[in-house]
Amino acid sequence: MHARILSSCLSALVLAGILGFDSAIAKLPAELKQQIAAIQAVGPEGAGNPAAAIAFKELSASRTDAILPLLRAIESSGPLARNWLRSAVEVIVERELRSQKTLPVDGLRVFLLDTRQAPEARRLAYDLLAKIDPASAKKLIPGFLNDPSTELRRDAVAQLVTKGKSLTEDDKAAAIATYRKALDAARDVDQVKVIATELSETLGQEVDLPRHFGFLVHWQVIGPFDNSGRDGFAAVFPPEKKVDLDAAHAGKGEEQVKWQPLVSTNEYGKIDLNKPLGKLKEVTGYAYSEFVAEQAGPAELRLGCKNAWKIWLNGELMFGRDEYHRGQRIDQYKMSVHLKEGKNVILVKLCQNEMKEKWTVEWEFQLRVCDATGTAILSTGRPATPKAEAATK
Amino acid sequence: MRYPLPTLFAVLTFLAPSWAWADWPQFRGPNGNGSIAGNDKLPAELSKKTIAWKAPLPGRGLGSPIIVGDRVVVTAASGPEQNLLQVLCFSKSDGKELWRRSFWATGRTMCHAKTCVAAPTPTSDGKRIFALWSSNDLICLDLEGNLIWMRGLTLDYPNASNSLGMASSPIVVGDTLVAQIENDSESFAAGFDLVTGANKWKIDRPKTANWTTPVVLKSGGELIVALQSSKGVLGVQPATGSEIWNYSKGAATIPSGAVAGDTLYFPSKGLTAMRPGSGGGETKPLWNERAQNPATASPLIIDDKVYIINGTGVLSAANRETGERLWRIRLKGPFSGSPVASGNGHLYIFNEKGIGQVVDLSGEEGKVVSEIELGETIIGTASISGNALYIRSDETLWKFGLPR
Repeated sequence: MHARILSSCLSALVLAGILGFDSAIAKLPAELKQQIAAIQAVGPEGAGNPAAAIAFKELSASRTDAILPLLRAIESSGPLARNWLRSAVEVIVERELRSQKTLPVDGLRVFLLDTRQAPEARRLAYDLLAKIDPASAKKLIPGFLNDPSTELRRDAVAQLVTKGKSLTEDDKAAAIATYRKALDAARDVDQVKVIATELSETLGQEVDLPRHFGFLVHWQVIGPFDNSGRDGFAAVFPPEKKVDLDAAHAGKGEEQVKWQPLVSTNEYGKIDLNKPLGKLKEVTGYAYSEFVAEQAGPAELRLGCKNAWKIWLNGELMFGRDEYHRGQRIDQYKMSVHLKEGKNVILVKLCQNEMKEKWTVEWEFQLRVCDATGTAILSTGRPATPKAEAATK
Repeated sequence: MRYPLPTLFAVLTFLAPSWAWADWPQFRGPNGNGSIAGNDKLPAELSKKTIAWKAPLPGRGLGSPIIVGDRVVVTAASGPEQNLLQVLCFSKSDGKELWRRSFWATGRTMCHAKTCVAAPTPTSDGKRIFALWSSNDLICLDLEGNLIWMRGLTLDYPNASNSLGMASSPIVVGDTLVAQIENDSESFAAGFDLVTGANKWKIDRPKTANWTTPVVLKSGGELIVALQSSKGVLGVQPATGSEIWNYSKGAATIPSGAVAGDTLYFPSKGLTAMRPGSGGGETKPLWNERAQNPATASPLIIDDKVYIINGTGVLSAANRETGERLWRIRLKGPFSGSPVASGNGHLYIFNEKGIGQVVDLSGEEGKVVSEIELGETIIGTASISGNALYIRSDETLWKFGLPR
């Protein structure tokens, strides 16, 4: 009941906030608009820095009534401009609090609860509120469980994990339900791992991690092609020109190579080319998968890989990187893409180098499709997840 | 031969840019060799009695504190993926936090667990602070914490990163900020305008991971930046990036070189010394000593000796004119940070377990005269200013000074 009342109050605040902000924007002094525009104009290789520095100096001398417009401007700003705006807010807040002035608490709360605003700016608003009134801020955390801000969501998930732990001994069913709720909401890999471990190892539950993350585990692979002298990264082998799953090609050493299926049973979706192709060195392989999108729209391809790689979506090169064996983790590389409705084709090129050390054996990647918050986007008709093997990372 | 202190002082003064003598404005001090003249009253004892103050830090970091006037500045990175980059400024006298600024990383923050995103040491020209993180975010603030400019170097150059983490520290040379953004993929060094952050120059560098920090030496009558890498050492003009001389016989990618006057001492096949002239081209070494083999710690130069710490924690002193080893003693390792020293004749080093050790250098051979256990992992290098020593962990910044 208490939560419902709190929720109603928050909704009202959000509504009031939206209306209030609209009028606030309209009333913004032209000078403030110009200063924000100067900061939003910063670009590549230092472009716009001198003008932004002048605007910053003026903005950071503003009173507390500039805080909310600055926070709101973050949503429509690029990654550098966002930091300029954040820093201006910090300077204002620091000065005003030192002078025993108060911050616009109600406005900050409304801003925080407006999920249309930039997630990181909302987190900043939360941190400012917590600085002023930690107890009240803490009460808001459970409401962030499915928030678009992964940072706010993280705090809510952490509360559930703590609750789950406290229930494990005395009420197993309640603990499982609590952990399941936490897992559904969790997006940060470290939290997912903790929850999955509790559910599977402590409570004996099955956890479908590949599905939770949206890892692609069904692939067709072909290789080896050459990568002597690491030249394979730049070389264009037949799969880059056209993917024909029935074709055979001349591979490394003129050996004929064909496409073959590879299904991963790894909990974290690792596609290990060593398994079908052997533990080879100075070789290049390709992996192909199809993803059926229910609707067209923005998405992210997130890759973990310690070999040199390139990735194409629907024939367009998304990114490539020629670094070998410096480390791998889930979501190591995030690529914003646009999925078309229906079938999308993904081609991954994976180069293995000449190094012989035992930590250079891996010839693998892990790829998932998700939205900007890390929430899995699943392919229509995604097959059931193959039975998982023990996680290796 | 021993150089008289006034001579050393004069050489160091010639090399020094605009910052005041009391400052420690960059990684391994004003000369980039771990030592600073004067500071004779720096306590030789590290103990609870000599802890002047300590301050909590909000995030991970291993870059050294820098000291600019009455301020101590450190960087940090917090959050589950160290995505929140921080610059913190403390009062030198009492450790009070004066200001703190936070920025969202625009580049990749993945790194090996032993290092962290706030690995590079910031630098200063006495008026501004320049901070670089492993994410290749490069930020300039004034001494009051006002943002002057920001660069997202991975936004500009998307393959410039190292999945193990970047750690090279930027330095100020004249009116140019020099940084080595070197890695296996999009590898480069660049000079940035101090006022605007714009590129003054950018040159391709060997495509190999490299964590060394540039150093400055006098060569042919001008200040030259020495860029060390696995291929060797390249001397470039700081304002243009133009090549002046080159040493192509290879060098280490973790410990950096150290400079005394016009001579560079750098880890290459052990330790190598060279004095590049004005003629340009390929530079030949003065000497090479394979037995002097720095591990992670960079060499320290003070007076007529060069000190190195090898992979087993042995500290060696060598004659810097000949490379001849004079003595060696075993310290308590392992070490990731580098030794530092002042004019008080003592060397200071902290190991990874948080044990600080003070070595008296005045005798026939070095002698450990003081130890302190700080109880926290320390991967970084200490700083010295105003007869005080500063060291940081992920959680704490300490100042050691004379007992009150």
